[in-house]
Amino acid sequence: MAEYHEAPANATAPQKLLNWVDNRFPLSKLYNEHVGEYYAPKNFNFWYIFGSLAMLVLVIQIVTGIFLVMNYKPDAALAFASVEYIMRDVPGGWIIRYMHSTGASAFFIVIYLHMFRGLLYGSYRKPRELVWLFGCGIFLCLMAEAFMGYLLPWGQMSYWGAQVIVNLFAAVPFIGPDLALLIRGDFVVGDATLNRFFSFHVIAVPLVLLGLVAAHIIALHEVGSNNPDGVEIKAKKDARGIPLDGIPFHPYYTVHDLFGVSVFLLIFSAVLFFAPEGGGYFLEFNNFIEANPLKTPPHIAPVWYFTPFYSMLRATTDLMVNILAGVVALGAVLGIARGGFSAMGKVALAVVALVAVFLLKTFDAKFWGVCVMGGAVIILFFLPWLDRSLAKSIRYRPGWHKALYGVFVFFFLVLGYLGSQPPSATGNIVSQLGTLVYFGFFLLMPWWTRLGTFKPVPERVVYAAH
Amino acid sequence: MKKFVLSLLVAFGCVAGASANEGGYAWDKFPVEKMNDIAALQNGAKLFVNYCLNCHSAAYMRYNRMKDIGLSEEQIKQNLLFATDKVGDTMKVSLDPKQAKEWLAAAPPDLSVITRSRADIGKGSGADYLYTYLRTYYRDSTKATGWNNMAFPDVAMPNVLWELQGQRAPKFVDEKDHHDPSKTVRVFEGFEQLTPGKLDEQAYNEAVGDLVAYLQWMGEPAQGQRTQIGVWVLIFLSVLTLFTWRLNASYWKDVK
Repeated sequence: MAEYHEAPANATAPQKLLNWVDNRFPLSKLYNEHVGEYYAPKNFNFWYIFGSLAMLVLVIQIVTGIFLVMNYKPDAALAFASVEYIMRDVPGGWIIRYMHSTGASAFFIVIYLHMFRGLLYGSYRKPRELVWLFGCGIFLCLMAEAFMGYLLPWGQMSYWGAQVIVNLFAAVPFIGPDLALLIRGDFVVGDATLNRFFSFHVIAVPLVLLGLVAAHIIALHEVGSNNPDGVEIKAKKDARGIPLDGIPFHPYYTVHDLFGVSVFLLIFSAVLFFAPEGGGYFLEFNNFIEANPLKTPPHIAPVWYFTPFYSMLRATTDLMVNILAGVVALGAVLGIARGGFSAMGKVALAVVALVAVFLLKTFDAKFWGVCVMGGAVIILFFLPWLDRSLAKSIRYRPGWHKALYGVFVFFFLVLGYLGSQPPSATGNIVSQLGTLVYFGFFLLMPWWTRLGTFKPVPERVVYAAH
Repeated sequence: MKKFVLSLLVAFGCVAGASANEGGYAWDKFPVEKMNDIAALQNGAKLFVNYCLNCHSAAYMRYNRMKDIGLSEEQIKQNLLFATDKVGDTMKVSLDPKQAKEWLAAAPPDLSVITRSRADIGKGSGADYLYTYLRTYYRDSTKATGWNNMAFPDVAMPNVLWELQGQRAPKFVDEKDHHDPSKTVRVFEGFEQLTPGKLDEQAYNEAVGDLVAYLQWMGEPAQGQRTQIGVWVLIFLSVLTLFTWRLNASYWKDVK
């Protein structure tokens, strides 16, 4: 508990007011901890803009969302028409709606780049594990938010996309059909589904999302930001206890972010005003047809930001399950032969592998597809403990690590492309390969990240004055 | 490794090729300059009300929104208002969808956002599709309506514009299959005019262009305003970016 401080006798009226507040609420303390005296490394590069941009997009989505809800009708009979009403009859409605729809895609672009930054510079490594975990939670919420929000316009893609994804839950052994029923609130996607998704989209998920964002930032400001060199700036402080390589967030990074924000808004507005459909990727053409439960579209694809994961789902065929069983068996044999386990450990490993193979062969491939799709997101949570590289930043890691990152990104993009296309035999083989690369990249990290010749990590950050 | 990359590229090429091939009849380009031609849009509105708005509704579109394409409320009331007497009403039709399905085999879709819904990545815009579709009807005695269409095979709608276009038949020639010389494939080689219409081919193309321009406009009546505002927003943001760029630089020049 802070002591009560009297304002100095010669204080001005605003100073007195601030003093009055500070005695009752830690306003100055909060400001200093998070802005005024938050020392960020001075060597941030281009990649460090996406955190602020994510905050900006979040605000855009919340504010435009509030205005959309004023005219949107969460009713299967009225929803589609109410969106067109917003587009035509509500003054400024079209701009609000396009901001929200463009914002959804922008959010994922920004978040994917933000996460990739973390991957590049090892920003999830000790002591920033919780920052990363909260961030992964945000990503999960964002996916839920986007998925449920996409049902609301009640177009054909909204409807059938939701139908396909909710039906996936039915593949869960034993409880699946009941679980799907619980999510839908009906035997097919319908008015009940629309209403509960609306409720989740505008109340439940945003509340969790905001809580996680607060936790993400508090955790970050507790440990301090990482930087492109992966050097802890708190290790070298001056006499006043300020990191030698740190600069106050305000004004340096506020003006920096202001510049980034203007460039971002320039691109965002170019899309919003001149290509709001994003070439059919941001607003899918089929979604301009009202949902019709009796007419399945010939080709159902999720919105672009889900397509890499959707590809992995489709890649999990019976053949793929056999390959996975083979991989498990091979892993177990290698572990027993070369893992250096005790006799008990070897037996345990063999038993676990046998059970895994048995389960893989017992349940339907569709269920494993769901597991693969979910696992592709869940695996991100384990990244801080999978990556055991000797240097945090990619800058000081062996050259072939960079190449490996390149392969990973390439396959992620290929998976994304294939997920937006109708299924094909070749596409399926490529996405199976992509799925193996995706999981191999993460699951083999404990081994490959330690290999190679690392460059020496400098004691201080590398910074060339502008 | 090189082989692997090559095979990957080949695989990618196959995937892209496969999706490009399945398209069917290629779409013609809709003359987009018509979007800035008020007379074309107004003519399109007239054609729309006369030929489409009997079976098809445009339930999200209000008659008086046509003020945006230069028509006065009086003009709309006198020339375009058949189904209602209130100029603020939406373009509904009295055709019952259930009966329509019984009579016409398929309920005529609402046309409010038809151009937006018919676009296809890789094939063209919705306007391209409609511009092609409305110009590729031909006589086909095997169909219940006596009509068929190149862009929409086995379409349920007959050629409602036939009195303007006249009746046509497709010309096919047999060509050797490139992949298998022992087979022949039927290749479409244009249309043959059976009976003349009120309009010659060029005038008909113009009329369909006007109609599609109207449909495109009706899909998003704010689109003109959108791009107009957009230009100013981008100019403003460019100037702002210039300032924030220099502001940032002036702060950071002190950081050593």
